[in-house]
Amino acid sequence: MHVGASSRATCGACHFKGGGGDGVKHGDLDSSLIKPDHGLDVHMDAKGLNFSCTKCHTSNGHQIEGRFYSMPATKNHKLAMPMDNPSRIACESCHGLHPHNNTPKLNDHTARVACETCHVPVFAKKKPTLVWWDWSTAGKFKEDHKFIVKKDKLGKVSYHTKKGDLGWAKNVVPEYNWFNGVVTHVLAKDTIDDSRPVRMTILHGDRNDPKSRITPFKMLRGKQVYDAGNKTLVVPKLFGPKGSGAYWKDFDWQKSVAAGQEAAGYQFSGKVGFIETEYLRPVAHMIAPKEEALSCASCHSRDGRLKKLAGFYMPGRDRSINIDRIGWLSCLALLVLVGLHGAVRFITSKGRK
Amino acid sequence: MKERKLFYTRFERFWHWAQALLIILLLITGFTIHGSLNIISFGKAVTFHNQLAWLLLGLTAFAIFWHFTTGQWKQYTPTLEKAAEVVCYYSRDIFKGCEHPIKKDVDRKLNPLQRIAYFLLKVVLFPFQVITGLLYLYSSQLGTSMEISTVALLHTIGAFAFLGFLIIHVYLATTGETVSAHFKAMVTGWEEIEVEEEPNRSV
Repeated sequence: MHVGASSRATCGACHFKGGGGDGVKHGDLDSSLIKPDHGLDVHMDAKGLNFSCTKCHTSNGHQIEGRFYSMPATKNHKLAMPMDNPSRIACESCHGLHPHNNTPKLNDHTARVACETCHVPVFAKKKPTLVWWDWSTAGKFKEDHKFIVKKDKLGKVSYHTKKGDLGWAKNVVPEYNWFNGVVTHVLAKDTIDDSRPVRMTILHGDRNDPKSRITPFKMLRGKQVYDAGNKTLVVPKLFGPKGSGAYWKDFDWQKSVAAGQEAAGYQFSGKVGFIETEYLRPVAHMIAPKEEALSCASCHSRDGRLKKLAGFYMPGRDRSINIDRIGWLSCLALLVLVGLHGAVRFITSKGRK
Repeated sequence: MKERKLFYTRFERFWHWAQALLIILLLITGFTIHGSLNIISFGKAVTFHNQLAWLLLGLTAFAIFWHFTTGQWKQYTPTLEKAAEVVCYYSRDIFKGCEHPIKKDVDRKLNPLQRIAYFLLKVVLFPFQVITGLLYLYSSQLGTSMEISTVALLHTIGAFAFLGFLIIHVYLATTGETVSAHFKAMVTGWEEIEVEEEPNRSV
């Protein structure tokens, strides 16, 4: 036993391995953060600031800040004065709302763009993170009835009989959404629309909500078993003795879902299917050195990172096609007009001399 | 009889060319911000565009002061007198080698069409672009009630108007005595004009 201040390895013992392995769940949290360099995270840099988790994840009455589900992780984005506000969870707690001294225009962004949006240009910089999990292909065996296990170029398992197809990625570009810090989930009793991929995380906030900011997310896409009759997500039984319905022993989704739903106390129509799902998780770690922060044109361009985020005008990305068309055509018409005028002037003046 | 006269004072020439340079650079950086050009990065274009805009505003402050203290603003009072003749000249008579219907002089530098065009440029388009530009620049400080899209689109329309003006302006500058005459005059300040001979001197 050992008693002492918690280190990154302490918290990371669980949080770096969420989802069943190193870096699987978060992408911005993995064991590379036990001893990171400056390029991986400027605050946790082992030879620099060397922040431990609790430097930002401050606690008040044993409530550790940073949990973000039904309540925002950050209640307010403002400077925290040491004596009267012990919270350090927001970037603004230390940096304030106007941290860009040399380029003040950037400070105009802080109300609507989360710091992480520009300052975490990519995540999963050292270790791959899981971005695709297709359960529908699970249950295939070798001819000798042994498990099939394949690995990809990154050395990660890309197929496993027990899990199906797995997709991994490094240096992942986040997806961006408006977000006010509140996220709720599609629950096992909720009816889903199975005609399109199910967004399991419901991000709250939008462009018109003044508390919402454009925030980066890790997207995990997948295909999972669901109740095709009742149109609900299900709780399959995965492990247990043979004959109990446990999928990893019996490899029968029908039995696995029936057993799982019964144990969890949910209905099951008896009809299973596979549904594509999407799960978004905010990205807040692996803050890059400032030279690597996104440039203006990363978003302010026709094909930038915020291409899909509609509902607001962004210079460089947006325009009125009609105004542009009329403007350029008018200028072209004027050029043609003066060109013709000049040509006629030239020809008629020749005749006079 | 022809006579060389100082048409454009040193300040006027400096104002003209500085303004020309600033407007052309504002067009280039502006259309870069708009996403139409990709010569420099978006961030640099924004910085330059704002700096150029402040320089142009500063220059304009001097120009306004100069126009009012010298009384030169009167050159721009719009008139329709002989406007029809000027239209006829540029659309027809110029091809026949006719004389310009308006005799220029230092107190009458601009023909009726120029007066109307420059008046609109200075009193309508210029302030329009300055106001939409400032609203655009300070949109986040002015609160969420202001839609940046409206301001940005109006500012874009203004930019096209400036570009259109530039095309016509540069072309018409070639219609002097020779193609380069007006350009030379705007550089040196001196222009050769036709003057009436004074009757008593011919005795």
